[in-house]
Amino acid sequence: MIINHPLLGPRDSAEFVYMGDASLIERPDPDAEDAAELFHDYAYLRENPAGELRELWFHEGGDRSWLVVTRNTVTHEISKVELARDVARNKGRST
Amino acid sequence: MHELTPITALGGAEPRFDTVGDTGLWENPGLALASVHARVGHEKACRKHLATLLEADAPGPGKCHLHDPEAAFWMGPDQWMVGAPYDSHEDLAAQLSTRFGDTASVTEQSDAWAVFDLKGDVVPVMELLCPINIRAMQTGDAQRTSIHHLGCFVLRRDPASHLRILGPRASATSLHHALLTAMKAAL
Amino acid sequence: MSQINRLNGGQIDRARALRFTFDGKSYAGHQGDTLASALLANGVRLMGRSFKYHRPRGPLTADSSEPNALVELRNGARQEPNTRATTIELFDGLDANSQNRWPSLKFDVMAVNDAASNFLTAGFYYKTFMWPAAFWEKLYEPIIRKAAGLGSLSMTADADEYDKGFRHCDLLVIGAGPAGLMAALTAGRAGKEVILADEDFAMGGRLLTEQEEVGGTSALDWTVQMVAELSSLPNVRLMPRTTVIGAFDHGIYGAVERVSDHLATPDAGKPRQILWRIYSQHTLLCAGALERPIAFDHNDRPGVMLASAMRSYVNRWAATPAQKVAVFTSCDDGHRTARDLNAAGVKIAAVVDTRADAPSSMDYEVLAGAQVTQTKGRLGLTFAQVRLADGSERTLECGALGITGGWNPNVHLTCHQRGRPAWDADLNAFVPGQDLPPGMSVAGAATGAFSTHAALSQGADSAAKALGVKAADVPEAQDAPTGQSAFWYVEGCSRAWLDQQNDVTVKDVKLSHQEGFRSVEHLKRYTTLGMATDQGKTSNMGGLAIMAELAGKAIPEVGTTIFRPPYTPTAIGTLAGRMRGMEFHPTRLTPSHFWAKERGAVFVEVGNWLRAQWFPIEGETHWRQSVDREVSQTRASVGVCDCTTLGKIDVQGVDAATFLNKIYCNPFVKVPVGKVRYGLMLREDGIAMDDGTAARLAEDHFVVTTTTANAGKVYQHMEFVRQCLMPDEDVQLISTTEAWAQYAVAGPNSRALLQKIVDAPTDLSNEGFPFMACANITVCGGLRARLFRISFSGELAYEIAVPARYGDALMRRLMDEGEEFGVVPYGTEALGVMRIEKGHAAGNELNGTTTALNLGMGGMVSVKKDSIGSVLSRRDGLNEDGALNLIGVKPVNAEDKITAGGHLMNETGPVDASHDQGYVTSAAYSPELGSMVGLAFLNSGKDRLGERMRLVSPVTQSEVLVEVASAHFVDPEGGRQRA
Repeated sequence: MIINHPLLGPRDSAEFVYMGDASLIERPDPDAEDAAELFHDYAYLRENPAGELRELWFHEGGDRSWLVVTRNTVTHEISKVELARDVARNKGRST
Repeated sequence: MHELTPITALGGAEPRFDTVGDTGLWENPGLALASVHARVGHEKACRKHLATLLEADAPGPGKCHLHDPEAAFWMGPDQWMVGAPYDSHEDLAAQLSTRFGDTASVTEQSDAWAVFDLKGDVVPVMELLCPINIRAMQTGDAQRTSIHHLGCFVLRRDPASHLRILGPRASATSLHHALLTAMKAAL
Repeated sequence: MSQINRLNGGQIDRARALRFTFDGKSYAGHQGDTLASALLANGVRLMGRSFKYHRPRGPLTADSSEPNALVELRNGARQEPNTRATTIELFDGLDANSQNRWPSLKFDVMAVNDAASNFLTAGFYYKTFMWPAAFWEKLYEPIIRKAAGLGSLSMTADADEYDKGFRHCDLLVIGAGPAGLMAALTAGRAGKEVILADEDFAMGGRLLTEQEEVGGTSALDWTVQMVAELSSLPNVRLMPRTTVIGAFDHGIYGAVERVSDHLATPDAGKPRQILWRIYSQHTLLCAGALERPIAFDHNDRPGVMLASAMRSYVNRWAATPAQKVAVFTSCDDGHRTARDLNAAGVKIAAVVDTRADAPSSMDYEVLAGAQVTQTKGRLGLTFAQVRLADGSERTLECGALGITGGWNPNVHLTCHQRGRPAWDADLNAFVPGQDLPPGMSVAGAATGAFSTHAALSQGADSAAKALGVKAADVPEAQDAPTGQSAFWYVEGCSRAWLDQQNDVTVKDVKLSHQEGFRSVEHLKRYTTLGMATDQGKTSNMGGLAIMAELAGKAIPEVGTTIFRPPYTPTAIGTLAGRMRGMEFHPTRLTPSHFWAKERGAVFVEVGNWLRAQWFPIEGETHWRQSVDREVSQTRASVGVCDCTTLGKIDVQGVDAATFLNKIYCNPFVKVPVGKVRYGLMLREDGIAMDDGTAARLAEDHFVVTTTTANAGKVYQHMEFVRQCLMPDEDVQLISTTEAWAQYAVAGPNSRALLQKIVDAPTDLSNEGFPFMACANITVCGGLRARLFRISFSGELAYEIAVPARYGDALMRRLMDEGEEFGVVPYGTEALGVMRIEKGHAAGNELNGTTTALNLGMGGMVSVKKDSIGSVLSRRDGLNEDGALNLIGVKPVNAEDKITAGGHLMNETGPVDASHDQGYVTSAAYSPELGSMVGLAFLNSGKDRLGERMRLVSPVTQSEVLVEVASAHFVDPEGGRQRA
């Protein structure tokens, strides 16, 4: 596969390490009352859609950026690639 | 001056040199390296320091700026590798630390890398080594790529028939073997 | 007998005679021949035996779709089975042998299978070998394995080398026939980066084999001109001898270039083949079409071949399969064969045309409305039996029979991403469907456009459209209508071969239908139709058509099977490339490697690293002697070990401490500058991930170490936390593992030894540089260095780091300076022994199932802060009473062996899984204790010190009485390391 890196352009997926569902960015609040429940779901539950999935890929053989890649798991079509750090910032992870 | 004698990445007292046809492969121990990573909130200031050092804009993604004595290439977002002659800049990291102050984190990288210079008919050799589009690479392009599972930087220098390859120092022997084998296979 | 069937003309270099042998017999051929063409020229039609019935077979085709003429090429380590004689480029000294026969090709004992064919029909294996189940492994499988398979392996390692390569282009053109050449020309003239790949050694496709005019000159001359122009364009790369084997995601194609297969052995340093990964913006498939045979009884005799193949052999290679031939056709194409062979001086027995309105000829007899019903000849064709239009029979004497039922577009690569071919009712053939791999388009005969003119213009137009450039001018060429009927088999036939490689007959398909295996997928698996190495290129359509007829359905209703990569069989060596043996992965050498090698060290692979395992000295004959000595001398005086391999990550930034607080379960914010702290990293699920130390060199600067094995994974994890969970914190990370040579200097004399190399004013006294101190210092007269007072051995110990290029010199210096103390270098074994004696957890204990609590570090998980894994580490399931605790075990009888992996059982009671109390993770002989010791996880272990247990290992059938002890066998109070 080819991943169109937002900074470096098209790169062979062989340069990347895969980590699955990008929901891992949304780490729960450890101080929440139901933190144990939330972390259980966060650590163990994943959607497994036949279709579009937002995934985390690490550009290990490149610039060491984590990317959020929107990929169709059926056709492998990649419709969007973002820097995970930007995604995390937009989700307010920096607070 | 201290009393310890260095060895090259390939383990020799002197750097190694090989040729296949008219194409040469030089082990190059003469490069001091340090990474410069902008501190959060100081990105602009860091770039400014780098621009002053290079007498040019900080190189963007996939680019290097060739300059004497210090040159630099882009490593990642807000991160560059600065290189300079080892003989005159063994303390490159310390120098840069002083220059960049609070605007960047500087890390000595001189001995993290083994450096090879490939000069001559470089395209057919590199086609057997890594997935980058070597034919499309111009002078001033710098790509990180994988050569036989080793994360390497490939810089296209001037003239374009000169490539500089930086690979992990501990794997210098494997990398050299891969380069030389590809030269024999391709040339 | 010298090339009795060689004609005049052809594209062979008669000035270059090549000697070769087939089944030990010597023959002559010419440069430009294939093995098949050279054998035919020499009057050899019999080239192989079929898979199941061992029937004699000759070539059916003249290309890579060949099902029959499979040979073992070369000998010794380079012997390769199942090589298609039709594609082997002849070279001087070529040595080939037929296969799947014994004792000889002409007399094959296993041909008895043919006589027993009534029992060996489709589904034979399934019906016969059903029971008893136990017979499978011992009886049926060995017999089947012996009888099955075609060629044999050399049973030695492949002597050749293979490369992998990477190329990029704007347009990849697959196939260099008329469509491919025009496409490459169009793109090449427009300045685009073009790759033109063709599996043949000569470019031109069918233009090399047809007698026709293109652009007012012969097709061959036109081809030569075009190839010359393409060769002159720097942006066009011609890749002959290159088979595109697969269409993968996002425009990536796999292609095998046979660099040296046309040579006796590859030139020095050159690969036999290269597996190219081609990255294309657009791909134009110009793979042409494959001729389809007609099934009739005994249509598999040597000499029966596709009419187009016959034409190829005569026109291109000047080799006729026989002096007198017949043609059996259902379309005009068969007449071209008769015309060309007749012109070349070959006698035409007759053209048998199924059509009542067959075109007539002045030059040879045409039997209109007739069909070939049967053939005769023991090891090759001698007669063809014909049923004429009026129902009467006629026997044609002929040594070869060209057959054609029309053409099938070669859609193979259009299916590689599950694209389904579409049925073209006018053409009576499957053509590429709509769901092509993204970026691919198809031109020429591969689309069903069978005329030369159509191929030329489609090639130009498709390339122009894909790239948005101007199409090259299309030359004049024949544009005859190309109708073809659906004529698949001769009525009433039964032992009529469809799949010649897997011996599937019309009768087998009927049987499959009769027994209810009627879907395409079932048909394929029941009969093995299309499952041979040719993937049914010449046979699938016939089988499908017959099944459709039996089912009373139209062919598209029955469906079609799709093709998978690779297009042609690919050697495993090609897929492996250079990654074989020691080159399977890169090797990492430590800075002291060259010194250690001089010293005679024994090395061990640790991940990619080669580490010194121990350093034998004169007189030592067993590794234990060396290791015991290294341990004892280190504990008695001083030892040095290269620990560069531990991952080192530079963590800088204002928020560096906050960041470490997040990734380690224990607190880091308050670590003072100049101090090192041990850290335990958890996974988010609360299980221990890795451990190491973090040295604070400045307020905003730490150096973190990881275990050797996890260095890459931990770095990746840290980048994840930095970029995805703490995106605005000021943290910068970079690996410095290889930048520094780092040595552990351990033992009571370590301070005295280091004192000799550190520069003033470094104060190594216990007050000046206490346990867990760290500093940037200089050594040996000014070399920058890092010093850490940390201990893995439990002794007074330091780790010293200098830039890697000086590591070799530093090691030699330490050995010289340490001579007065009897310094020893020690390897990973001694390192392991000392850490086990000291009770330090390592990879065996941090094994992905254990928690901080299990490791005896439950108290370290801070409850005052959030860290990765802290929430889930507190869940009930990981904190139940009776949880595993890390403890030590030692044998009650000092002679007994502690086995890592062994399980602990109570002293009395049953020994089984339900009474399992725990397991031993690490074991070593402790010179200090004079017996083996082990580390183990034991239920409620911390409360069971002193208890006796049985250590059992069903694998080694051992049972040893052990005593539970503290894991800290040596210096449990830690006095030594603080001294």
